[in-house]
Amino acid sequence: MGTLYEDIVAYGGEVFGEEHMETLRECVQCGKCTGGCPSGRNTALRTRKLFQMALLDLREEIFNAPELWFCSTCFTCYERCPKGVKTTDIIRIIRNLAAKEGHMSVPHRMIGVYVLKTGHAVPIGPDQMKLREAVGLESQPPTTQKYKEQLEQVQTIFKTTNYDAMIDFDWNTMNLRGMEKGGKK
Amino acid sequence: MTDGDLDLTYAYFLGCITPNRYPGIEAATKRIFKEFGIETKEMVGASCCPAPGVFGSFDMHTWLPVAARNLSIAEEMELEIYVTCNGCYGSLQEADHLLKEHPKLKERVNKVLSEFGREYKGTTKVNHSIVILHDIIGLDKLKERITKPMNDVNVAVHYGCHFLKPREVRGHGSSETPYILEDLVKVTGAKEVDYKDKLMCCGAGGGNRTADTPQSLEWTRQKLVNAIMAGCDCMVHPCAFCHLQLDRGQAEMNKTFGTNFNFPILYATQFLGLAMGLSEKECGLDIQTTTMPEKLLK
Repeated sequence: MGTLYEDIVAYGGEVFGEEHMETLRECVQCGKCTGGCPSGRNTALRTRKLFQMALLDLREEIFNAPELWFCSTCFTCYERCPKGVKTTDIIRIIRNLAAKEGHMSVPHRMIGVYVLKTGHAVPIGPDQMKLREAVGLESQPPTTQKYKEQLEQVQTIFKTTNYDAMIDFDWNTMNLRGMEKGGKK
Repeated sequence: MTDGDLDLTYAYFLGCITPNRYPGIEAATKRIFKEFGIETKEMVGASCCPAPGVFGSFDMHTWLPVAARNLSIAEEMELEIYVTCNGCYGSLQEADHLLKEHPKLKERVNKVLSEFGREYKGTTKVNHSIVILHDIIGLDKLKERITKPMNDVNVAVHYGCHFLKPREVRGHGSSETPYILEDLVKVTGAKEVDYKDKLMCCGAGGGNRTADTPQSLEWTRQKLVNAIMAGCDCMVHPCAFCHLQLDRGQAEMNKTFGTNFNFPILYATQFLGLAMGLSEKECGLDIQTTTMPEKLLK
């Protein structure tokens, strides 16, 4: 583990290329990101502050800030940054690092459970099948949820990348560990 | 299909919310495309895209192979893809872009896909349904089929975020002065009305809806109030996920905030469908939260 900046460049660099991530260093704290941020009007999210904290290596402070998760990834700041900082991608990578270190809420982990069970973040149920019939469509769409062998491919990906371990998924109960009794972890 | 119509086939990436919550979007889109000679073939076995701001926020190295697996299904079909959700567009187009830009990444992803005999090759293209309407079918052809003009209807256009941005990946020109959705609304005879913060996010993306639903609904409330204050009769958009937040979100808002919203929300093909003579039922507009006023149905 290096500094937060080094980790952002290393981990994000594997996907976006290191140069893309290194734009974080270009931030001059002008605040144009925060000025146009739809979340910042309503929440404690201050993108400018987040980047300063990242550069100051305030790792735990960032990872424990609830507002880290209030960015809707709208890319408004990404488009407008006068210094070309790849803002939204940097935020997503900071979140990736936070999640890897165990900072992930139960509702966010549950989205993974739905995908592991059905292949879909928003699965279909009997009521929605009736809606499909009402507009003249086949009751079940031919997606992963319909075909076990296709679902198994998605499950394999999650196992290979250790996503199942990251959210503490229990393959026996097909739920988050400790959630069997409906309790909150 | 009549003479002069297109003879095209696309692979339809269904995603989650369109087929599983708002099948009216799927039905209206397929019906309109067919009207112009565009055949739809579903991508059998496709999964969640997976949501770009959600899975992209949790683990890019899981998000990417799941998206690449979906792309490989269309590659096997030897067809280009169309989508009806900005989330699906965001994920699949971004994944395709990254995998084409970074050969090492492609190698890494294909190693994962090889576990079950799949491969991402980079031979398909991800299209948004509204781009097919605007650029492939074209405004002239659309105009010819408008049988129920929306002459006295004021429309608030809502883009969602991942259709336009980041523009270096999306390629639809300026993200501050877009035109595609405006053109599609105006072709029906309706008036496209500018309103405060027209390009603002619906509030749902990036896991924000899941992180704090009432807080995310506050963005939606502001957006709807702005459209109503500008005298709009309805909102037209290109994204199934925005549809969920804007439509079902109104019931959630009314419960959470004690408001009384019933502002009509229509996906682009549902709005065009009505103008082309499809019924409210054929567009699935009778099976959603917000109800359609007579003005849109006459």
